[in-house]
Amino acid sequence: MEPIMIKNAIALLLLAAVGAIFVSLLAGYMPDEQLNLTARYYAERTAQDIGTANIVTAIVVTYRGLDTLGEVTVLFISAAIVGLVLAQGRLPTNVPGSPQQPRVPVGELLSTGSRLLTPLILLLGIYVFVNGHLTPGGGFQGGAIIASGMLLLLLADPLKHFSHRLIDVIESISGLLFVGIGVLGLLYAGGFLDNRLLPIGTLGELFSAGVIPLIYSLIGLKVGSEFSSMLASLSETEEA
Amino acid sequence: MMTSLAHWAMAAGFVLILIGFYGALTNRNLLRMIVAFCIADTGVNIVLVAVGHMRGRTAPILDSAVPVADAVSRIIDPVPQALVLTAIVIGLGVTAMMLAYALKLYEKKRTLDIAKFTELKW
Amino acid sequence: MSSLINGMTLVLCVTMIGAALVAIRDKRLPIAILASGLVSLIASILFLVLAAPDVAMTEAAIGSGLTTFLFFFVLARVRGGEQDGADHD
Repeated sequence: MEPIMIKNAIALLLLAAVGAIFVSLLAGYMPDEQLNLTARYYAERTAQDIGTANIVTAIVVTYRGLDTLGEVTVLFISAAIVGLVLAQGRLPTNVPGSPQQPRVPVGELLSTGSRLLTPLILLLGIYVFVNGHLTPGGGFQGGAIIASGMLLLLLADPLKHFSHRLIDVIESISGLLFVGIGVLGLLYAGGFLDNRLLPIGTLGELFSAGVIPLIYSLIGLKVGSEFSSMLASLSETEEA
Repeated sequence: MMTSLAHWAMAAGFVLILIGFYGALTNRNLLRMIVAFCIADTGVNIVLVAVGHMRGRTAPILDSAVPVADAVSRIIDPVPQALVLTAIVIGLGVTAMMLAYALKLYEKKRTLDIAKFTELKW
Repeated sequence: MSSLINGMTLVLCVTMIGAALVAIRDKRLPIAILASGLVSLIASILFLVLAAPDVAMTEAAIGSGLTTFLFFFVLARVRGGEQDGADHD
């Protein structure tokens, strides 16, 4: 018991030090009255340069498009690592031990409900990322909604196997198209991931803001398939 | 001290970070440590969004309520929001990776107690 | 109006901190995971109050939805390991 007490005391001491820093930060914090230089630039120029109503989308997809490409890459790598780590040695754990436990059959209500709701959830996800440049939402949110539709399918029928090949194909194609649009922007417009590849159009219409709806839809598909593959790999290990 | 919405939210975020650190330092169950990290993650996101908030302004979306002409004086800073959007998505990726490794460690040792993993101890 | 929102924010903050304490102190791991999902859910309301609807949507869908289920998938796999390391507290 004694070393644990000392460990806890050290932890509390450390927290007190961090807490003191936080308190001084909080006491010295003054909310800005004006937008700072970067934010002012984005607020003034987004409508005419990018043509999106949602300024956060303009920053994520165009102003900082390269960062988003990096983020999607990080997400892809972590999904790949989850799949790799869980795939290793899965076969040996399946062979010995208890035979397959009989599962409680899924109720009529759940199976019918999931069949009814999943297409609607997928539709909501698609709506969210297609309208990402006009309303709150976008590729990441829409992708997460699509993945939760997949989650509903998994919960209604735990033995269901998603086709990993299909998920991989959707993911690779949308990633390739994302980079391809970026390179086309380099060739035919102002730079990598420039959205002025297509006409900007009028602010507030669905077909406006150049290629932003296209890019955000691709991000949505890519993120949705990555999350789905993470969920599928984590749930498939359950059957051992 | 002038209290505003942002101050309250920021204080709550700092408290969440501290709670998360405390949980990660004192718990010895791997899954509990990952839960604590998730809470600290949420706290960091709240602090970042609170920094971007300004009193009496609205979300950075241009529509009939916020015409383009006076956007500069009506919207809050959009940059922290874009940052936090990224942070949340990466947070899920990191959590999934931690969980996958925790599962793998459990399969090797049949325990989640961090004190039982002594291979790298000296 | 403003005081109403301020009061609501205060209630949200206190509830969120309470849920976080439950998440790290409760002996039952499923309760702890659900409490951490609750922290994310309240945080997403707080983001909405702070005029960040994009972040609120992301946090609601990812932080409180998918993360909680990832934890439960792993929890179902580590039956018997839930209480490891808890007897020393």
